[in-house]
Amino acid sequence: MMTILEKQIEVLKSEVPQVTDFFSDYGIILDDGGFTLGEYLEQLPEDFYEDIGIDQVTLLENLDGFLNQLNLLQNTEAPKVSEITIIGGHDKTGNPEHVELKLIRGSVTSIVGPTGSGKSRLLADIEWMAQNDTPTGRIIRVNGKKPDPELRFSLEYKLVAQLSQNMNFVMDTKVAEFIAMHAESRMIENAEAIVVDIIAQANLLAGESFTGQTPVTALSGGQSRALMIADTAFLSTSPVVLIDEIENAGIDRKKALSLLVKKEKIVLMATHDPILALMAEQRLIIKNGGIHKIITTTAKEKENLARLEELDNKLMSLRTRLRSGELIEES
Amino acid sequence: MKLITISGPPSSGKTAVLSNVIKSLKAFGLHAGAVKYDCLATEDDAVFRALGIPVQTGLSGNLCPDHYFVSNIEECLKWGFSLNLDVLVSESAGLCNRCSPHIKGVLAVCVIDNLMGVATPKKIGPMLKFADIVVITKGDIVSQAEREVFAFQVRRANAKAKIMHVNGITGQGASELTSLFLNAPDTPKLDGEILRFSMPAALCSYCLGETRIGMEHQLGNIKRIKLKQEQL
Ligand SMILES: Nc1nc2c(ncn2[C@@H]2O[C@H](COP(=O)(O)OP(=O)(O)OP(=O)(O)O)[C@@H](O)[C@H]2O)c(=O)[nH]1
Ligand SMILES: Nc1ncnc2c1ncn2[C@@H]1O[C@H](COP(=O)(O)OP(=O)(O)OP(=O)(O)O)[C@@H](O)[C@H]1O
Ligand SMILES: [Mg+2]
Ligand SMILES: [Mg+2]
Ligand SMILES: [Zn+2]
Ligand SMILES: [Zn+2]
Repeated sequence: MMTILEKQIEVLKSEVPQVTDFFSDYGIILDDGGFTLGEYLEQLPEDFYEDIGIDQVTLLENLDGFLNQLNLLQNTEAPKVSEITIIGGHDKTGNPEHVELKLIRGSVTSIVGPTGSGKSRLLADIEWMAQNDTPTGRIIRVNGKKPDPELRFSLEYKLVAQLSQNMNFVMDTKVAEFIAMHAESRMIENAEAIVVDIIAQANLLAGESFTGQTPVTALSGGQSRALMIADTAFLSTSPVVLIDEIENAGIDRKKALSLLVKKEKIVLMATHDPILALMAEQRLIIKNGGIHKIITTTAKEKENLARLEELDNKLMSLRTRLRSGELIEES
Repeated sequence: MKLITISGPPSSGKTAVLSNVIKSLKAFGLHAGAVKYDCLATEDDAVFRALGIPVQTGLSGNLCPDHYFVSNIEECLKWGFSLNLDVLVSESAGLCNRCSPHIKGVLAVCVIDNLMGVATPKKIGPMLKFADIVVITKGDIVSQAEREVFAFQVRRANAKAKIMHVNGITGQGASELTSLFLNAPDTPKLDGEILRFSMPAALCSYCLGETRIGMEHQLGNIKRIKLKQEQL
């Protein structure tokens, strides 16, 4: 920290170009050649700091934090999460939940159960890395160990990424700009290549295609979902992906899941759709706030999945025919 | 008693988040109370009262609500003690983006929402930059990527705060936030305590009721806009 204050501004700007943006957030334009950063900040008058609503000490603390974060993102791989373990607590009436469930990378687990049964609570327990400090008394282990409590608040090591039917893009940007902005927040070097990959992948999942020039707010429901999934697969550091009901999203669900699996995500999805439920290797039945049963998808079920998919395809083609104005009269 | 100051732009979800926190405080058997500082009108008191907790409302009228807050929070603290509350939350509408109600040694929370756009964190002054906890709401309606970019911008504006995502409607994340409230320091008194950041000097003729425009009517603390040379 001290050394950075002694650097000439010009040198600093070429070594760490991100500082220009950092300071411009505070309305500080680092343009004076000849000064070191320390001298420059020192000569700014008191009422300048008053105006921007921060004092020099806090500003330097924030700079320090920002540089640390930059360093973390650029130089260290997030601690590799290879598995998480859910250790049962109790259900809503206090009956013990006899569960010790290990979820590994590249696996898909579905979560089923009636409204209010506790599906979202289970997902929230995982997100918070519960340590017997939530209403369920569950404990979450990461790689078999109790996770460092500070990781709960770390943005870099967030355990969980979420996707749901209700989410929309709200930013006023075009698709390519948007992905580049996300990549920048992750300090990723070759952003251009990733932008191209993500758009291509998203187009494989969505029905109608879009380009990097499409505004994100103009994407259809299906296109948005497809972009969210591709973006999460490529750009999110979170090893766990929680999906809340994407059945009606208008995307190729099988391809979407296999993309996430290929990217080694631990996928958990709350669903009511039998096709999605059977695509998972196992499903958790939630009842009265607890995991009531764990069912491994059987060979017979996998066979039935093929038949369900056939049925689904039939329905789809009927839909297409309806749209194009045909009669559905065959018996 | 623990005093907790909650600030944030209008409609960011302060009351929604607090409602969920208050429910879980009650589940711990704790007594909570609330004070709402606002400018002209508020219906938040009805929301808090519906949760069965005591409420005070302070309307600042033509004063900045944060200035009004500092002059009155001590009184409210005493009120909290008189009711033997365990936790007193003070919600204030952050209207001018330059003032903040945060006091040294008192847990300071800023609530902002994902819909405000990525430029917002840098536009919000001390109420965000000096908070101990930044709560981000409305994550349920934006994409994961936007949440990540937004949180990154918040981190840039405040390196030390704990950043939490809470859903004001479903309450997801609220029991986690409650656990941080339970660790807040006690506030036995406010006399002699200091604000984390000074409030701007609001002492020009317009503060005092002047309505006419023109140099001759401007008195006191006046600041001139710096117009730059621009090409046509
Ligand atoms: N979708 C969604 N809506 C939310 C969330 N949190 C709050 N809201 C909604 O946002 C609106 C404003 O919430 P309030 O809690 O009244 O906001 P506030 O910050 O207390 O507002 P003022 O006190 O008027 O400044 C309400 O309609 C809430 O239901 C959230 O996490 N998700
Ligand atoms: N084991 C438990 N002990 C106490 N409370 C619980 C437990 N599990 C869940 N709850 C509470 O029950 C309520 C309903 O749970 P939740 O929102 O997770 O249901 P859901 O299955 O997601 O419902 P929906 O299908 O409507 O989304 C929540 O307030 C949650 O905190
Ligand atoms: Mg739910
Ligand atoms: Mg409110
Ligand atoms: Zn003000
Ligand atoms: Zn004035």
